[in-house]
Amino acid sequence: MMQWTQHLIILPILLPLLTGAALLFVAERNRVTKSMISLASCVFLAFVAFLLLGVTGSESSFSGVYLLGNWASPFGITLVLDRLSSMMVALAAVLSVPVLIFALARWHSAGSHFHSLYQFLLMGLNGAFLTGDLFNLFVFFEVMLTASYGLLLHGSGPLRVKAGLHYIAVNLAAALLFLIGVSLIYGTAGTLNMADLAARIPTIEPDRRMLMEAGAAVLGVAFLVKAGMWPLCFWLPSAYSVAAAPVAAIFSLMSKVGIYIILRLTMLLFTDGPSAGFGSNLLLYGGMITLAFGTIGVLASQALARIGAYSVLVSSGTLLAVIGLNNTAATSGALLYLISSTLTLGAFFLLVELVERCQGAGAGVLAVTMEAYGDADDDEPEELDGATMPATLAMLGICFATCTILLAGLPPLSGFVAKLGILSAMIGVGSIGVPPTGPALAVAALIILSGLSTLIALTRAGIRTFWSSIEVTVPRVLVVEVVPIMLLLSMLAVLTVKAGPALSFVEGAVASASRPMTYIDKVMGEQPLLLWRDLNPQVEGN
Amino acid sequence: MELVLAVAIGIMTGCGVWLLLRPRTYQVIIGLSLLSYAVNLFIFGVGGVKSDEPPLLLEGVSTASISDPVPQALVLTAIVIGFATTALFLVVLLASRGLTGSDHVDGRHDSR
Repeated sequence: MMQWTQHLIILPILLPLLTGAALLFVAERNRVTKSMISLASCVFLAFVAFLLLGVTGSESSFSGVYLLGNWASPFGITLVLDRLSSMMVALAAVLSVPVLIFALARWHSAGSHFHSLYQFLLMGLNGAFLTGDLFNLFVFFEVMLTASYGLLLHGSGPLRVKAGLHYIAVNLAAALLFLIGVSLIYGTAGTLNMADLAARIPTIEPDRRMLMEAGAAVLGVAFLVKAGMWPLCFWLPSAYSVAAAPVAAIFSLMSKVGIYIILRLTMLLFTDGPSAGFGSNLLLYGGMITLAFGTIGVLASQALARIGAYSVLVSSGTLLAVIGLNNTAATSGALLYLISSTLTLGAFFLLVELVERCQGAGAGVLAVTMEAYGDADDDEPEELDGATMPATLAMLGICFATCTILLAGLPPLSGFVAKLGILSAMIGVGSIGVPPTGPALAVAALIILSGLSTLIALTRAGIRTFWSSIEVTVPRVLVVEVVPIMLLLSMLAVLTVKAGPALSFVEGAVASASRPMTYIDKVMGEQPLLLWRDLNPQVEGN
Repeated sequence: MELVLAVAIGIMTGCGVWLLLRPRTYQVIIGLSLLSYAVNLFIFGVGGVKSDEPPLLLEGVSTASISDPVPQALVLTAIVIGFATTALFLVVLLASRGLTGSDHVDGRHDSR
């Protein structure tokens, strides 16, 4: 008998799909109805995600494999929920609720179908996290990207359309690389089921192995474009910095999808056998260059949104470099860093919009540049009704300082805990008896340097905005716009306090994901449900 | 047969990449279309090039002589998704043309 929790696995995909589709039929003028349905769906999704997180966290008989259409494993598409994927689904759900609340203040009315696109984006994200099939992954990836094209253009304006054009062209080209990679892998290994693939890859003959590795490399390039590894990242800063604030916030999770899939596939496919460690050097050095590039970008940026966009690159670079080190303990720290940095960047992108409102006069120089490139604020919604925030500047200042501490990785908040987790595994307690390797030292140095330069850049920006602006205009900021940021920051505070349990959870996630055999056995051992027809064969033919 | 397919994929990829790197949005979209045709043919090819073989498992027919149905299913999905994204790209292209008054990918006027 199947546990009822088993069916929850498909809910993170079905729920946003149904909500998004249903919202298409609600007229755009019934904005309140739309927002309420969308918000209710997101909150329910967060509830389901935490239920799943609890189920995978406790050691029970829960298999976490869902056979779509009741087809036995290598033939049908499977959804696989283990600790790693349930963590990512929960992260998506936790980020989606505050971002949606923020969007309800004004952004959702800047264009049509914001809520449907948002739900479809969530569906694509959750599908990409849950699927156990490479081609199904492509489909969910495309769902996610197509929704993101719409969201990036949300609010319109020449800057967004220009960045959107580049974004779409780059991602379409990456999707084609994805297809080439998938088909090369299918041609050489004869399967697209990830578990089956993991079982078959160690036994591929040497003459086909090279082609398989080429396929995996091409596939990897497609994910690295999404994750923003240098030199595939030049589209990212302009796209993220012109996107509407809530869109940029949810995009900070989207660049982590590429990293999640690279981590998943590296640990599953290239842990054992002759191809072990394939591509990890590229991830290591590519990650280090990305980290350096992001650091320089953060220092060189003037606008806050660009600092945020380059911080996304810093975060991606850190994660890729640590994954490339193949150090299990450091990877656990990196996962904690992934959670912390995604939520922080989400909060930061939301905050940037509010902070930039008080730069009305100080941004005079910027305005000249803006004119040259066309006014960005063409179609931005102007109406602001609702309760305004008391003590606006103080609130914004506190949020900004907290974001700075989190992004730079200073104690006492979770950014520090996560970086400590990475560093101590590489050069600290974790490496006692084993002298740290050269690359590990270099990565550690780069991580610390990137923290320092983030601190410098954000302090400079903060001083310019809050203390030394020529004419401080106190902006009109709604409660509903500050609350989501505080919600995200308080989640990070909880993560700091509960860093111990969180770290042991991610250690479990890495431990189970880095044992391909258990994954293979779990997926391949899952039996389809016996149907009434199978139990009563004599009825057949009536 | 294999040679013709390989040459066709090669020519389309070459033309597609060249057009993708051109400055005009229309050239970019044609380049992306050519690339997606090349990729679709490539997916078709990985199942093995066979003619007159049904993708059906029949009694008494060896599995070596049937054509692989999976790449055909994959290519169908890829065509549908590629078509949809190309249509979307076309809309963005028109929006960009309307907003900037130029069909340059960066929205510049002075380009040749």
